[in-house]
Amino acid sequence: MTVYRRTIKPQNIKFILDTILSINNLSKNYGKLKAVNNLSFTINKGHVYGILGPNGSGKSTTLGIVLNVVNKSGGTYSWFDGTITTHEALKKVGAIIERPNFYPYMSAYKNLRLVCKIKNIDESKINEKLELVGLLERKDSKFKTFSLGMKQRLAIASALLNDPEILILDEPTNGLDPQGIHQIRDIIRKIAGLGTTILLASHLLDEVEKVCSHVVVLRKGENLYTGRVDEMISTNGFFELKSENLEALAQCLEQHQVIKNIKITDDLLTAYLEDELSAKDLNEFLFQQGITLTHLVKRKESLEEQFLQLTNKTDH
Amino acid sequence: MIRLLHIEFIKLWNNRASKVLILAYFILLACIALIASIKFNIGPIKFHLAEQGIFNFPYIWHFNTYVAASLKFFLAVVIVSMMANEYSNKTIKQNLIDGLSKKEFIASKFLTVIVFSLISTIFVFIISLLLGYSFSSITEPYHVFSDLEYLIAFFIKLVGFFSFCLFLGILIKRSAFALGFLFVWFVGEKIAYGFLRFEIEATKNNWESITQFFPLESMSNLIKEPITRLGAAKELAKQVGEKYSFDYAVHFHELLIVVGWISIFTILSYTLLQKRDL
Repeated sequence: MTVYRRTIKPQNIKFILDTILSINNLSKNYGKLKAVNNLSFTINKGHVYGILGPNGSGKSTTLGIVLNVVNKSGGTYSWFDGTITTHEALKKVGAIIERPNFYPYMSAYKNLRLVCKIKNIDESKINEKLELVGLLERKDSKFKTFSLGMKQRLAIASALLNDPEILILDEPTNGLDPQGIHQIRDIIRKIAGLGTTILLASHLLDEVEKVCSHVVVLRKGENLYTGRVDEMISTNGFFELKSENLEALAQCLEQHQVIKNIKITDDLLTAYLEDELSAKDLNEFLFQQGITLTHLVKRKESLEEQFLQLTNKTDH
Repeated sequence: MIRLLHIEFIKLWNNRASKVLILAYFILLACIALIASIKFNIGPIKFHLAEQGIFNFPYIWHFNTYVAASLKFFLAVVIVSMMANEYSNKTIKQNLIDGLSKKEFIASKFLTVIVFSLISTIFVFIISLLLGYSFSSITEPYHVFSDLEYLIAFFIKLVGFFSFCLFLGILIKRSAFALGFLFVWFVGEKIAYGFLRFEIEATKNNWESITQFFPLESMSNLIKEPITRLGAAKELAKQVGEKYSFDYAVHFHELLIVVGWISIFTILSYTLLQKRDL
């Protein structure tokens, strides 16, 4: 990093080095249960992060600690390089955790006004954010009359009021119907497109896979993996193949050195790779052997398959 | 500070139940003036309460603060629920996540308590002044503005009682249970009072030196009942042959005890909020 300091202009350094949140050896015990165990990771500006883990793996507890509502048992965390206190930092953060919590007897607009007062910001953006989540027409309805999907969208509008440096979402689609899930994901994608740093906690793998570039995988409060989503497991992927003569295809593939194993289901043959092999090379090889393919797709394991591999590996 | 009060004001004023109770409280305070209209005309006996001297300066300060203090339960309900509702709606969690510090959260509640008490005190001051000037036979400024320590006692008494309510709201998190607990506490104090009185009186005569430290007892000690101080009541006692002499004054050490409780309740509320996971 010191090299960067000397060679890059000051305004660029800031962008590169901006750490929004760093967590060091964080722990939380509930009696004997270790909800979070020695967790460390860093959130840098401009990426979309996912915290992935099954229910009860410590996602919400971790977020609760950094959001100042759960007391930690050990370790440290710091917002924005520790330059400001946690509650000052939280004014620059937008967060929704678990269920949307608002005053049921107040209208959507008034609830957001209260949030503006707490964050000490101007009230001019309320309508803009309500528009973004599609609640502008219902702004004068009381919160208690909202459906869960609308409540969740209001929570997102509230979290965006201050144009936050980072948006934290804990299970934002939990309990919603498919339409609601779709709306929320659209909104998240829209926000991510604007360059906002996002931290998304979820047990839904496809959610993380669709939105996030980086992932922290938790299991029983322990960190299993931190890094880019596509580097989570070094895998060479697999081919899905079809041919009119499936048996010949299988025999031919068994002789190929790079193919690890073969699985046939109905008329589809799946060939797992031991090493890197491009679709073009495979096609050429099979053609030379006199086999023509009717179907050729190269795929990588989905995050779900990788995730299960990762969490099962350490299952005792 | 204004920001914290404004936050609390938005929360309270948009809640219909709170709004009705607050309005009812201040309307009832104003209704103290109606006592003046109590008149009996039973044959030869004519009784007009306002002419019995209850509105005489400076006695009126004692009488009105005592009567007004009994209305504090209306606000107690508001204060317990403004705290407990934050837990049941889980909005306390959202407030903290939005960037309110735990200290600011307690401060906004405590400042509201101070403002309620202050407004009540000013309200009682104005009403008493108006009533006094209409009915009092004594209107020299020297008498009008003596015994004003009853207003200070009234203010401290309200702040003390409301901080207790605030603490119970945080401790118990449910308004109905917190109010129930307040009542149980009251009964408990009375039982302890009675017990100490009968057990200890036999040997030593200092049971009051212990009971004066009970929170609710210390608050009620601030303004003693004013009825027996009335001319008519004294007259009656003389006829029956009973002699009594009470100390009606507001004592500095009694104020100090209640201020002590206010700090204890506020610090305990803050500690509780700090320690608890939400």
